Amino acid sequence: MRMAPETPAGDLRLANLTKRFGVFTAVDDLSLTIGQGSFFALLGASGCGKTTTLRTIAGLEEPTSGQVLLGDREITRLRPYKRPVNTVFQSYALFPHLNIFENVAFGLRRRGIRSVDDEVTRMLSLVQLDGYGNRRPAQLSGGQQQRVALARALINRPQVLLLDEPLGALDLKLRRQMQIELKRIQTEVGITFVHVTHDQEEAMTMADTVAVMNAGRIEQLGAPADIYELPATAFVANFLGQSNLLAGEATGASGGDVAVTAHGARFAVPASRSRAEHGPVHLGVRPEKLILVGSADQVPAGHQHVTGVVTDASYVGVSTQYLLRTGWGTELSVFAANSGTSARVAVGSEAVAYWDPQHAFLLPRDAADTDRTSPVLDEPVGASS
Amino acid sequence: MTLLAPTGSGRPPPAPPAARSGRRGLLPYLLLLPGAAWLFVFFGVPLAQLAAASLYDPSGSLATGYAMTWAFSNYPDVVQAYWPQFLRSFGYAGLALVLALLLGYPLAYAIAQKAGRWKNLLLVCVVAPMFTSFLVRTLAWKTILSDNGALVGLLRDVHLLAPDGRLLATPFAVVLGLTYNFLPFLVLPLYASLERLDPRLLEAATDLYASGAQAFRRVTLPLSMPGLVAGTLLFFIPASGDYINAELLGTPNEYMIGNVIDSAFLVRLDYPQGAALSFLLMAAILAVVFGYLRRAGTEEVL
Ligand SMILES: Nc1ncnc2c1ncn2[C@@H]1O[C@H](COP(=O)(O)OP(=O)(O)OP(=O)(O)O)[C@@H](O)[C@H]1O
Ligand SMILES: [Mg+2]
Repeated sequence: MRMAPETPAGDLRLANLTKRFGVFTAVDDLSLTIGQGSFFALLGASGCGKTTTLRTIAGLEEPTSGQVLLGDREITRLRPYKRPVNTVFQSYALFPHLNIFENVAFGLRRRGIRSVDDEVTRMLSLVQLDGYGNRRPAQLSGGQQQRVALARALINRPQVLLLDEPLGALDLKLRRQMQIELKRIQTEVGITFVHVTHDQEEAMTMADTVAVMNAGRIEQLGAPADIYELPATAFVANFLGQSNLLAGEATGASGGDVAVTAHGARFAVPASRSRAEHGPVHLGVRPEKLILVGSADQVPAGHQHVTGVVTDASYVGVSTQYLLRTGWGTELSVFAANSGTSARVAVGSEAVAYWDPQHAFLLPRDAADTDRTSPVLDEPVGASS
Repeated sequence: MTLLAPTGSGRPPPAPPAARSGRRGLLPYLLLLPGAAWLFVFFGVPLAQLAAASLYDPSGSLATGYAMTWAFSNYPDVVQAYWPQFLRSFGYAGLALVLALLLGYPLAYAIAQKAGRWKNLLLVCVVAPMFTSFLVRTLAWKTILSDNGALVGLLRDVHLLAPDGRLLATPFAVVLGLTYNFLPFLVLPLYASLERLDPRLLEAATDLYASGAQAFRRVTLPLSMPGLVAGTLLFFIPASGDYINAELLGTPNEYMIGNVIDSAFLVRLDYPQGAALSFLLMAAILAVVFGYLRRAGTEEVL
């Protein structure tokens, strides 16, 4: 009667999805296609509409307009229990009156499956909770509860699994283990995963496609490396990793390069890495693409540079993170790998940061916008809400 | 590194002990003292007196005085004489309980989960009738159900009631009165339970293939069990001992055990009989309650 989860589902498509709460638009005309069996990660600052998007896919929230389609089938108004979709809730939502075993078995039992013992035991050991079957949720730690929530959804092998920060409460080691397990299950069973996370590393290592959301819209969507290497907007450039964005004016393309004037200096960016050729732009370089040297004559040919004073150096193990105050007062971030090949630069000394133009990118800029160098501050990297 | 693995693998540690025992001094007992003394003087002593009275010589009277003859035969005698009223009491109270559940559960659910900002107002509406006297409310029902009242007229007109049919002085009226009068005792504890029910659990249930009915059966109902048990007891116990509703809305044919006890003490002045009936009623209610709690208790675990 209910479609077997194994049958090919087809792609999950959201078409012009909009959700308003009163006058507030939580999801704004969102359209995207998530390929069957793919691992899709949704990133974005707190409150940008990620959970709301998942809820409309699960059927827990009816969109104000737009459609949700699974393959050829429109499921926009299908009841949640009729959808081959399961959710790992951000709040876990474990049933407090049922023990862990029954929590995990819940979905199978509702579908009238009699013998659930083997499957539940297998699932519990997958999330490393063997022997916890008789406990109540209140007797588990936060991370253990989160793993129960994961097992409870995963056991149903739905066509689409929605994961709302499913690993947020786990310590790093367990999180990595779970990531590997999740990825393995996803490839083995071919479930479509829609994964909301605040952990960029998690998104980048696990997902085939990453979407960065901002204020109910998708700012950019693509393969993790593509987004990282060539962000589409200033928001993405600073949300996914960190970027030094210098405000400048583009003066047109010539010979495959776009010329930019910023703070009195002239720079060039390959046209293939430019999203604007005229008018106000942000010239972007990632901190790890900047190399710090003592003086301008150490800059290799074909590279571009800015000069400044080192105001801070923090040693973080694998790298040292410098702040370089430029002549016009902006502090640029520079990450230098602690590979032992270059000397450390002392705080207070003059230094030059240079980069290969092939690593720079050019983004359109609001005329009022100035330099942007620090990551978006309303959401610390890797934090969960 | 593996030595330090603090993750959930391997043997789970034993579940934490339910409670710690320890001596906390005399303070708790001192705090109990006033309540215990109160109970002893105003409950324990009268209860003992009543127990004694139930064993007095039944042939005595208030005028000639009662002799303590350990007349245990008082008990079988009153059962013999009044078993229909006993049965009726529990029958009516049970019926009223079913009606009250049908009315009260949806009501409590709606107030707790769906009422939004009307919640407090609706709660006041549930409790407000209690601000007037029980007697006045029951008398009001007498007016509503009276033979010349609008309700009976309407029911006769639409032929739901025979031209000479009546509502007042029928079992229906008594059950209705019981349902109405004790409904808040059922609704309030239920409300308290349902209010704490996290709607996200229902969302999780529907996400996990539970239809509305299944989500109710598997999540809402078990989680409202404490309120349901408390509410049904708070409803059933006073309802089965009640005599006002049968007195005002019924006839002697509808009399419940409360009416018999009432008349034994206040009309016929047959103290041994009244006391024996009181004790039997108490025993019967205790039996029902314990039986119920055992069943409800195990059901919650399932
Ligand atoms: N039921 C609701 N009524 C009104 N506003 C809501 C409701 N649910 C969500 N919102 C608003 O919609 C916006 C998006 O919420 P959503 O839960 O989707 O955020 P999110 O991206 O999941 O954030 P987080 O990362 O913190 O979980 C928020 O500003 C939130 O306040
Ligand atoms: Mg969220």
